[in-house]
Amino acid sequence: MKDNGSNVSVTEIKGLTKRFGTLTALDCLTFRVCRGDILGLLGPNGAGKTTAIHCMLGLITPSSGSIRILGLDIGRYRRKILSRVNFSSAYTSLPSNLTVWENLIVFSRLYGLKSARKRIDMLLELFEIGETVDRLTGSLSSGQLTRLNLCKAFLNDPEILFLDEPTASLDPDIAAKVRQGLHELQRQRGLTMIYTSHNMQEVEQMCDRVIFLARGRIVMQGSPSEIIKQSKSPSLEDLFIAIARNGHLYQTVIAGEEEPCGSE
Amino acid sequence: MWLRISAIVMRYFFLHRRSVARVMEIFFWPVMNLLVWGFVTYYLKELALPKTVLFLLGSVILWDVLYRSQQGITLAITEEFWVKNIINIFISPISMGELLTAICIVGIIKSLVTTVVLGFLALFFYKFSLLEIGPGLVLFLGNLLLFGWGVGLFTMALIFRYGRAAEALIWGVPFLIQPVSAVFYPVTVLPVWLQKIAYLLPSTYVFEGMRQVLATGVTDISILGISFGLNLVYLLLGALYFNWMLRRVREMGYLSRLHLE
Repeated sequence: MKDNGSNVSVTEIKGLTKRFGTLTALDCLTFRVCRGDILGLLGPNGAGKTTAIHCMLGLITPSSGSIRILGLDIGRYRRKILSRVNFSSAYTSLPSNLTVWENLIVFSRLYGLKSARKRIDMLLELFEIGETVDRLTGSLSSGQLTRLNLCKAFLNDPEILFLDEPTASLDPDIAAKVRQGLHELQRQRGLTMIYTSHNMQEVEQMCDRVIFLARGRIVMQGSPSEIIKQSKSPSLEDLFIAIARNGHLYQTVIAGEEEPCGSE
Repeated sequence: MWLRISAIVMRYFFLHRRSVARVMEIFFWPVMNLLVWGFVTYYLKELALPKTVLFLLGSVILWDVLYRSQQGITLAITEEFWVKNIINIFISPISMGELLTAICIVGIIKSLVTTVVLGFLALFFYKFSLLEIGPGLVLFLGNLLLFGWGVGLFTMALIFRYGRAAEALIWGVPFLIQPVSAVFYPVTVLPVWLQKIAYLLPSTYVFEGMRQVLATGVTDISILGISFGLNLVYLLLGALYFNWMLRRVREMGYLSRLHLE
């Protein structure tokens, strides 16, 4: 695990369980994320990645377990937490009938930024969509839309950023630029990221630590290189496929030594 | 708080300012309604029913306030599902109270604009002045706005729970209320058992009160008071039901799936 200069725990999940009727979507997840880390939540469709992120954002109420974000309980301090974190997903959009500028100014106010012009300009430049500022959001390409979503996600200078497949619809060039932008902001701000992706190369490149989920349970966690070594798989992608096909056969394995982090 | 509320108000201002279709939507249906009913009432006037003209024109204009305020709440939030923006709103630090306040402010602005336009058209085409209702007009309008919001909260709660399958309620619920509220005729026209239900609705008192003012020139403040009292009950029940449903949909995970439907 790389040295991020801080071992403060900013996300602590203990025994997180979510049941929808007879379906157990999340089964007693326990993990924590240190400040400045990039954690990859991996697993096949339906493994529980998005459910876990939505629980951490307070969109879904867990059946049991506790979620502490930035030292605060999400059930009690949801709005306080939401003002300090943000989220971007390939599956959400901003209103297509507003311009890029209008969308960003509306969201900057929602996050309490009175004068956001400089920040909006900086983010548009960083994600290389400055020329779209006066265009209707509905007229943007999918790559530009993804980058606009990311601009929205950085408006409040979040301490934790939740990203649900942020590069899902991007061509390799733009995806690389997005990763570069994310890395740059992460380095500058000591940002923590919780990341889902089906692109294993991207995960290896981006994440300090990964958690493999299958059927709502953690089946493996550790750094990408340690996990590959421990599982004796040729690559993270091969391991992903094996878990997707036979996840129930995997015992929970914690690869490497989990780096201790204190509480915020 | 006001910054977040202004953000949502601004969002709807941006939405309307370049969309002719949306601006027309504020005016088109109410104006068409007014014209159809206006000419019908002209015909009735020829049949020597002069007061009926006033009653029906007043009803058309006031009904639109109730209809629009209910739709203001339901359509504003439903639109966020349609454009897949609902999660972005719900993971921002805005509270549900702030969101609803913003939507109500937008609703008041739209209702005022529509009422003023309809008022002028009624004066121009049919020589009917809304101001004949007197200073009580503000109270009539206020009560209808409040009832529309109360009904809107119930409707929205059902849409959160049942998703797009329940969207027809946005347009259907007002027309469930309309015949019982005695919008275009006095309550006494209804069967006795239905009259009892009618008097449970705040809107009934408004339309009865309006007819009374136009007929006698006297505003009965007591019935407006009853309407206001009932509105408080409906708003409280609506808010409680909405909150309860929101908690349920968070438990059931529906909130995070609404934008995917």
